[in-house]
Amino acid sequence: MAGADGDDSLYPIAVLIDELRNEDVQLRLNSIKKLSTIALALGVERTRTELLPFLTDTIYDEDEVLLALAEQLGNFTMLVGGPEYVHCLLPPLESLATVEETVVRDKAVESLRKISQEHSPVDLEVHFEPLVKRLASGDWFTSRTSACGLFSVCYPRVSSTVKAEIRQHFRTLCSDDTPMVRRAAASKLGEFAKVLELDYVKSDIISLFTALASDEQDSVRLLAVEACVSIATLLPQEDLESLVMPTLRQAAEDKSWRVRYMVADKFSELQKAVGPEITKNDLVPAFQNLLKDCEAEVRAAAANKVKEFCENLPEDNREQIIMTHILPCVKELVSDTNQHVKSALASVIMGLSTILGKDNTIEHLLPLFLAQLKDECPEVRLNIISNLDCVNEVIGIRQLSQSLLPAIVELAEDAKWRVRLAIIEYMPLLAGQLGVEFFDEKLNTLCMAWLIDHVYAIREAATCNLMKLVEKFGAEWAQNTIVPKVLGMANDPNYLHRMTTLFCINALSEACGQDITTKQMLPVVLKMSNDQVANVRFNVAKSLQKIGPVLDSNALQTEVKPVLEKLATDTDMDVKYFAQEAISVLVLA
Amino acid sequence: MAGVAGGNDFQWCFSQVKGAIDEDVAEADIISTVEFNYSGDLLATGDKGGRVVIFQHEQESKNRPQLRGEYNVYSTFQSHEPEFDYLKSLEIEEKINKIRWLPQQNAAHFLLSTNDKTIKLWKISERDKRAEGYNLKDEDGRLRDPFRITSLRVPVLMPMDLMVEASPRRIFANAHTYHINSISVNSDHETYLSADDLRINLWHLEITDRSFNIVDIKPANMEELTEVITAAECHPLQCNVFVYSSSKGTIRLCDMRAAALCDRHSKFFEEPEDPSSRSFFSEIISSISDVKFSHSGRYMMTRDYLSVKVWDLNMENRPVETYQVHEYLRSKLCSLYENDCIFDKFECCWNGSDSAIMTGSYNNFFRMFDRNTRRDITLEASRESSKPRATLKPRKVSTGGKRKKDEISVDSLDFNKKILHTAWHPKDNVIAVAATNNLYIFQDKIN
Repeated sequence: MAGADGDDSLYPIAVLIDELRNEDVQLRLNSIKKLSTIALALGVERTRTELLPFLTDTIYDEDEVLLALAEQLGNFTMLVGGPEYVHCLLPPLESLATVEETVVRDKAVESLRKISQEHSPVDLEVHFEPLVKRLASGDWFTSRTSACGLFSVCYPRVSSTVKAEIRQHFRTLCSDDTPMVRRAAASKLGEFAKVLELDYVKSDIISLFTALASDEQDSVRLLAVEACVSIATLLPQEDLESLVMPTLRQAAEDKSWRVRYMVADKFSELQKAVGPEITKNDLVPAFQNLLKDCEAEVRAAAANKVKEFCENLPEDNREQIIMTHILPCVKELVSDTNQHVKSALASVIMGLSTILGKDNTIEHLLPLFLAQLKDECPEVRLNIISNLDCVNEVIGIRQLSQSLLPAIVELAEDAKWRVRLAIIEYMPLLAGQLGVEFFDEKLNTLCMAWLIDHVYAIREAATCNLMKLVEKFGAEWAQNTIVPKVLGMANDPNYLHRMTTLFCINALSEACGQDITTKQMLPVVLKMSNDQVANVRFNVAKSLQKIGPVLDSNALQTEVKPVLEKLATDTDMDVKYFAQEAISVLVLA
Repeated sequence: MAGVAGGNDFQWCFSQVKGAIDEDVAEADIISTVEFNYSGDLLATGDKGGRVVIFQHEQESKNRPQLRGEYNVYSTFQSHEPEFDYLKSLEIEEKINKIRWLPQQNAAHFLLSTNDKTIKLWKISERDKRAEGYNLKDEDGRLRDPFRITSLRVPVLMPMDLMVEASPRRIFANAHTYHINSISVNSDHETYLSADDLRINLWHLEITDRSFNIVDIKPANMEELTEVITAAECHPLQCNVFVYSSSKGTIRLCDMRAAALCDRHSKFFEEPEDPSSRSFFSEIISSISDVKFSHSGRYMMTRDYLSVKVWDLNMENRPVETYQVHEYLRSKLCSLYENDCIFDKFECCWNGSDSAIMTGSYNNFFRMFDRNTRRDITLEASRESSKPRATLKPRKVSTGGKRKKDEISVDSLDFNKKILHTAWHPKDNVIAVAATNNLYIFQDKIN
């Protein structure tokens, strides 16, 4: 250091600057993420005159670097000298807004939106608005798509002449030659409508909306459905019928299933936006049609919305609408030919019981639940079982138990292990709802059978399930029903089953408490330290480490310590390793 | 544009030939696909070695105005490498089956290239600036003493010689069990389809880990298989319409609006077979090797072994035009079957105004048909006529017993020299013809 006339604090910054061009993407990325450090060291002046011009032309880089750069620049205002100079950030963001990668472009637009707020009204008109215009009239559709996202942030803060220009630009983009731009415009239509004066919404936006909703490309039309939600919320109720509903009706009956799917998918939002009167007159029949659509994807999307739609119906005649209009369609869907439709329905149908009340549930819904519990597709049955809590609140689960049990048993023995895994995960919930007696009688054997499943993931889930059951039913229940069976497996000829005993003990010791652990579990574990299979022996060491904290110090010193010391001299190196680890963790050395 | 395929007022002349002149051709150099981009300024070829070569149209020079600009190499890159599927013990060739350009979206160009299994999206971009100046190195690359840094240097961009880079942007893999025969970009600019022998998948250009299967003709029992998909293409204007052709000589038009799975077609194009000409080879030669929509979207053209047919999309029961490509081979089918030539997959293409069509034949002959005048012409891609601006002489194959002067006998045709892939400039009369390892570029003569 002696004699150095340099400033050693510059060195790390110098490295960062050089690494902006390192061949390793990771290092470049790292440097870009610390761009604020570089800018701080350079000062506002050099950041504006040197760093930003360099970054403006860095658009050759990998997407992830560009993405990070676009994000950084959104927080750069102070580093270029505050709001007064914020417009210096526009050139690099403008070039990022034209790259082909959508995520980068979107991030650049996001940052542009952010810094637009930091522009003074004058700067907005002098610097920002011209940039929007340049992008909007760019040669390539990438820049024009980016422009679509910027209109709404500058519109509220510019003069009325500029406002008129912005509206004109947006109109032009809505009828752009390329579908990419029309899609971008359609997806920003709702947002733009929100910042427009109501008169212009009625005069401009509605005509654009109508045009986009009848675009020749269905990929554009389907985006107009989304815009429909925002536009409908902006308009007074009396205008909805004439301005929005014709288009919405048309969309619900569009020739393209993708558009109808979009209507089904956005149905709850649409319902809220148009209000109760129109819902009753228009949306109910539309919803019925979607539930009966010829395309399964549409039916599934509509089926998903059944509960939400019914919930949001006007309360005064909700029950009547559901019973006469919706339920008949739902009944048909229960025996749909497509399993995705049935399983979508099964995931929400139970929710109807709270809306319809006890009597209707028993009379009308129960047969449907029972039918779905017997469905050939396991996913349908699983979806019913996973939502049992809704019915439980209304009619009690006992009503279902007759059919529930065979369904559970069948799922528990399904050939696909993922199905078995899914039902195991619902066991603690079911046990809680059905009560301990019912559980002991019907389900306990299943839970024990899973412990010797031939798929490890199932055995693992089964151990975890036992722990949750013990947490629910208590240690005493465990001692009587589970622990003997688990410990019995310690003598199984299959070493995998013997290991399951150890895994169960690991999971159960804490829930069962010191007494059961010391008196019943520990002797079994200790005995297994003589197992022929090394995997079992080192799992004994691991188990001892795990249950050690539950045991008292006397048992640790007199029983656990000698066994671990013996295992620490085992011929197998893994056994040695885990024994030594256990000794040091339990501080027995 | 009248008389493109012969006539007094119009002549094709030689412009350029690319590729080695050697007699013995390396397998890897054989061109397997040719494609102009939307403006016609770029021309891409793919070969059996997995390479893509892109040629760029140079602006015409001022001192030689009679010459249109030439196409020169713009970028060459290795698109696909040979691979091995360890699960199925299958070698995957690197051969480029198809190239499709994307509509231009910014200053860079994008294309899709595919081999039998994997589709890749490539970006071809230019760079003419280079950053200069490091803090820790001086101009000669010597390291500076880190403790003697007195000021920070921000790199400066300096102009440099133009560099063209090709970089892989996306890899669409693991969606095809059988060999991919077609890829086609949809007019919505965000999706494309890929077809193999039994299935057609729909992809989003930005999503590589998921594709939608829209057609599946695989029978539950593979022994019942009677038909395979041979080609597929999206409609140039209607984003919901695509067609696929089959080995049985039929074409199905599907509407993606109707259902998510397009297993039911909306139109079925088939010409009833003439019972009198039925033979052992009927089914093989009726198999469609290529299908192309006209630029207007009104017609489509199909190529089978002996003919090209133009169909009006509004008429399903027969083609509106049928052109014989090499009818003289009908008597030779037996030997063509023995040397496997009967399974050659000839492609076909439209000119920019849909008024003429072009397709290949054997002996390095290619054929053009003028749809207005119904005139046709046979031309040859050969080194002999490859003098600058040399006019291409029409060729004739003698079918009768007596061979006239300038005619070539059917028996002396070289079946190893076949023109399978051709491309027509989207606006001008410039054509690219792939003859084995050579790419010929011809253009109309400017008088």
